[in-house]
Amino acid sequence: MVDIVNTAATNNDVILDVRHLKTYFGTGDKAVRAVDDVSFQLKRGKTLCIVGESGSGKSVTARSILQIVDPPGKIMDGEILYYGKDAKGQDLARLDERGKEIRSIRGHEIAMIFQEPMTSLSPIHTIGDQIIEAILLHQDVNKEEAKNRAIEMLRKVEIPNPAVAIEKYTFEYSGGMRQRAMIAMALACNPKILIADEPTTALDVTTQAEILALIKNLQEQYGMAVLFITHDMGVVAEIADEIGVMKNGHLLEFGTAEEVFYTAKNDYTRELIDSVRKLETSARKARKNTTTDQKLMEVRGVSKIYPGRKGFLGGKTSAPFKALDNVSIDLYEGENLGIVGESGSGKTTLGNCIIRVLNPSGGEVLYRMGSGQIVDLAKAGTHDLREVHQEIRMVFQDPFASLNPRMTIAQIVGEPLLVSGKAKGQALRDRVTELLATVGLPAMALDRYPHAFSGGQRQRIGIARALACNPRLIIADEATSALDVTLRSQILDLLLDLQEKLNLSFILVSHDIGVIRYFCDRVAVMYKGQLVEVGEAEKICSAPDHAYTKALISAVPGTHPQDKRIMNRHRYNAEAPSKVA
Amino acid sequence: MLSAIPFMFMVSLTVFILIQLPPGDFVDSYAASLSASGEVIDAATMADMRHRFGLDQNILMQYFQWMSGIILHGDFGYSFEWNSPVSALLWERMGLTLILSICTLMLTWMIALPIGIYSAVRRYSIGDYFFTLVGFVGLAVPQFLLALVMMFAGVKYFGIDVTGLFSQDYANAPWSWDRVVDLLKHLWIPMIILGTASSASLIRIMRANLIDQLYMPYVVTARAKGLSETKLLLKYPVRIALNPFVSSIGWILPNLISGAVITSIVLNLQTVGPQLYQSLLSQDIYLSGAILLLICLLTVVGMLISDILLVLLDPRIRFE
Repeated sequence: MVDIVNTAATNNDVILDVRHLKTYFGTGDKAVRAVDDVSFQLKRGKTLCIVGESGSGKSVTARSILQIVDPPGKIMDGEILYYGKDAKGQDLARLDERGKEIRSIRGHEIAMIFQEPMTSLSPIHTIGDQIIEAILLHQDVNKEEAKNRAIEMLRKVEIPNPAVAIEKYTFEYSGGMRQRAMIAMALACNPKILIADEPTTALDVTTQAEILALIKNLQEQYGMAVLFITHDMGVVAEIADEIGVMKNGHLLEFGTAEEVFYTAKNDYTRELIDSVRKLETSARKARKNTTTDQKLMEVRGVSKIYPGRKGFLGGKTSAPFKALDNVSIDLYEGENLGIVGESGSGKTTLGNCIIRVLNPSGGEVLYRMGSGQIVDLAKAGTHDLREVHQEIRMVFQDPFASLNPRMTIAQIVGEPLLVSGKAKGQALRDRVTELLATVGLPAMALDRYPHAFSGGQRQRIGIARALACNPRLIIADEATSALDVTLRSQILDLLLDLQEKLNLSFILVSHDIGVIRYFCDRVAVMYKGQLVEVGEAEKICSAPDHAYTKALISAVPGTHPQDKRIMNRHRYNAEAPSKVA
Repeated sequence: MLSAIPFMFMVSLTVFILIQLPPGDFVDSYAASLSASGEVIDAATMADMRHRFGLDQNILMQYFQWMSGIILHGDFGYSFEWNSPVSALLWERMGLTLILSICTLMLTWMIALPIGIYSAVRRYSIGDYFFTLVGFVGLAVPQFLLALVMMFAGVKYFGIDVTGLFSQDYANAPWSWDRVVDLLKHLWIPMIILGTASSASLIRIMRANLIDQLYMPYVVTARAKGLSETKLLLKYPVRIALNPFVSSIGWILPNLISGAVITSIVLNLQTVGPQLYQSLLSQDIYLSGAILLLICLLTVVGMLISDILLVLLDPRIRFE
């Protein structure tokens, strides 16, 4: 724990001084101490990043400042001194949470933006309505004037054609545009502090880079202080002046970006930074090369086209949508192939077409079975697919949604064996125990239900299920995306260990360049349903050829506070689509 | 929207088959009721009646005659039992039924929406528990029982007759201002009785809808803007929680008309429900057919209205 309360309390640079903040959910002994004795200071015009994994209390800390913690959360103790209006400071923690005083602070002095720009804006009011509302609340202007200001704000956040865009609804905006609109709304009243609660987590990496640059830019224009909540050390390295590290409601470390990144005092901080830096290297290089020159699978000109839909009363028709456009790629036995791309690029569709969750519209997927027989997965019948599905298995993204909550672990992991008639009774139980041991789970897990396990453990269960039938190929679709960063490399290491033991090949679908670089031998880059570049992982991640890949790679946050990569990123603008015309 | 036409065709066919399904026809049940009072009609008279009513033709012919009458002349057929055209019988009852239904609906919403909002916002408070209890009692008590209790209480303690929609003086009088006043005097009791159960269920629905919305991120965003709690509540979560209500208008309409048969019989209301019941008993096929058809038409119209309202209220649907 760091005690910084007495160091610079009356310093003129400080705009927000949080002292011994305690926010609990519930009361008495059973209270969950979401924020437990947290103290930090935010300086004028500077960016403070609070970083931590899920459940660390970072969001609750941010929300406590505006007193908008969801019930039963409550500030139990501590002070939140705001030096915006006068030098004396106003204690926000003392204000009535429904009172006029705190409401004149919210959105006016201190504004906030949130993680999910889709759900954080009302779906049935126009963007303009919601921005104008904020202006009218705090400024003495008429509606006309407020609307002009709202349009001006939309222009500032670089939304094209703001006079038209202001009449649109949230669902007509893309994810990045929504977050821009949200920023416009937050900044409409010139707040002195902007609190950003994971504002880029739900966005693609290139969009994230744009939003981070925008916030930085506006921060300089307006001279705001920014309190940035994130779980991503990369983002922290890009934008932070000062950093606070939280875990289990405690602030473990607080210091300048340089101090925290290079001379961290706390072990957990070092672990966080290491687990990000680890993903900047390749783990495959350091291991035995398992790749052979035997082709396991040839994907030839696979397409997936969703036909256009007729509108209401035979009106507007939507054009057919090409989710996959003539994709060809090879996979060698023992190889780890990465498929990388942003949301909507078709990377998941490709994985699903290979395993035939979806039926491809054209092309062939030639797969060499363990018996040496070649099967075209794109056309295989039910009988052949049954055989194939023993050899190709899948690991899914969300370890919470992909395990049936009403089945025990033994049932979940044993199901593929039971269905294929490979084992039953005691033999099945022994095999499941063995599988759990392979993924590092104790045998006592057998009769428990998924909810008893953490995210990382559940993903291990998902992997054990995939291994049950001795597969030869595993398709992992964003298998580590839902996990905290410290768990991410653990799961990847587990998969690499299994590969050496069990002669596996992997197709790893991911949006995360770090994960791809760490895990894969070769990478295929997808953009709008097309394969734009295929090559060695090392090369793609450091010196790509295609302009889109360059833009993608340069938008990935770095891990060193000095090289602000995002600010000097490469931008790709080929036929850049925007939802608002 | 145009799909309503083939749908109505299917409905009319089904209705006609259904009312023809019971064994025998109107002449049989007429003869049975006569013989119960000692009279006997011979087979020739019965055959003659069948011929006169067109009941001796095959079902398909009867159906086409009925339908062509409705479509070409607006003629819903002839009621055997009442010896008068169905449309003449129906309009007054239909009008009264609609007035009663719409007033009941308004009352229901005026009671249920505010209570629903209160229950959701002050969840698990004493007030919420109180309304929950009242709501469940309202749901559990059968309407006709409530009607009987009200009738008893009315006569015993207040000395008023609460049955019917008119006093005896106005029951068969032509429409006049006094008759309207008389109607209003009688209307409130069936409104309360019929509104109780639906208010109770609407309170529960509103409460559940609103609780779903209350903790949505967009509410937090609005709060972070500095909106006051009341304004925020009404503009965002309540507004969105109302959408499912609008979509339920479609099935509230026919339900209000046909759903209260027993209560209407108990209260002796001159609405459509008891008439439908009676016409089905006496196999007065054109009358019962017309009523069933109108109820289905109301369902379709109700659905259409709620769809249109929903499109106006919710931009997400507009752009689908």
